[in-house]
Amino acid sequence: MSDVVHDFTADPLAWRPYLTPVVLDEATPAQREALKETPSNAKISDYVLVLAHDPESLGQRTPLFNGIMYGRGGLGRAERELGATAASVVNRCVYCVSVHAGRYITLAKQPEVIAAVFEGAEATLGPRDRAIVHYSTRLAQNPPQATEDDVRALRAEGLTDLEILDLTLSVAVFGWANRLMHPLGEAIRPQEA
Amino acid sequence: MCEEGALGPDVIERLIGAAPGSPVAEAVAARANLMQASQANYAAVLTPKDPGGLPQPLRFALAARIARLGGDAELAAHYAAGGALPKADARLTAILRHVDLIATSPREATRADIAALTAAGVSPDDIVRLSQVIAFVSYQLRLIAGLRLMGATA
Repeated sequence: MSDVVHDFTADPLAWRPYLTPVVLDEATPAQREALKETPSNAKISDYVLVLAHDPESLGQRTPLFNGIMYGRGGLGRAERELGATAASVVNRCVYCVSVHAGRYITLAKQPEVIAAVFEGAEATLGPRDRAIVHYSTRLAQNPPQATEDDVRALRAEGLTDLEILDLTLSVAVFGWANRLMHPLGEAIRPQEA
Repeated sequence: MCEEGALGPDVIERLIGAAPGSPVAEAVAARANLMQASQANYAAVLTPKDPGGLPQPLRFALAARIARLGGDAELAAHYAAGGALPKADARLTAILRHVDLIATSPREATRADIAALTAAGVSPDDIVRLSQVIAFVSYQLRLIAGLRLMGATA
């Protein structure tokens, strides 16, 4: 379809599922319970309503995802978003990339870092960003290609054990999220208001 | 059996091979809430109360396949011990094809791959259940890989 987006962008996109989302009025009690774990002040997204086809996993996934991306201490939020973006580029989840590249730019104010990730131009990054993007990219591949030297490079850039664990969790949880969002739907240009 | 190979405290301690109080062990302790949440997701995806059209032995057999494709022989052995494939038919063939594609090359997935599952008789509920099995084990094996590397470089 002509509104499908295939190229990476940090601009806002929309997502169109391949499966019919659960209809709230027809949701089972288990589905309603799982949907309570999502923010109540926002319209429930089609993505969450598709995942509601399996309410048991949806109910557990949301707190884990939020804990990994927004938990206190450890790696800064921007660098968690950088790991998430690098993983999403490997897995070519164009929608995931748009959200998390956008958040990284909002937090870090460094669009040139995202441009380098999109172009695979790791060598142009500063040493800390390069070590983070390199490890994240390699851990996201299948089988994971990250090595002891990649972790030593993170340590050499001053990342603590907690920060490396947080980066690992961010990349790993996007190994998960990318395998839902990209196979179950497609990125599209947002509709005109 | 289901606790082993998941992400319980004993398993994580063994993976990182680090003494209690070491920086790696302290980092894991600081994220104990996320390790517990990972365990809860393991239960929801691999041993759910309502397995729908994906019985637990099939989930474990698929998880073993995903772990093997992800290069983690130890995790694959854990899942294989609880796994069994049903009699081969068109539905199972479509499920296995989808597992292999999404575990190894999620970037190649298209609308046609979901249509193929539907055509083979996999319901929308089971397509999402299957997607969660693939996605969770992909998460788990990357977390384990990272923990191993952290332990080895401590």
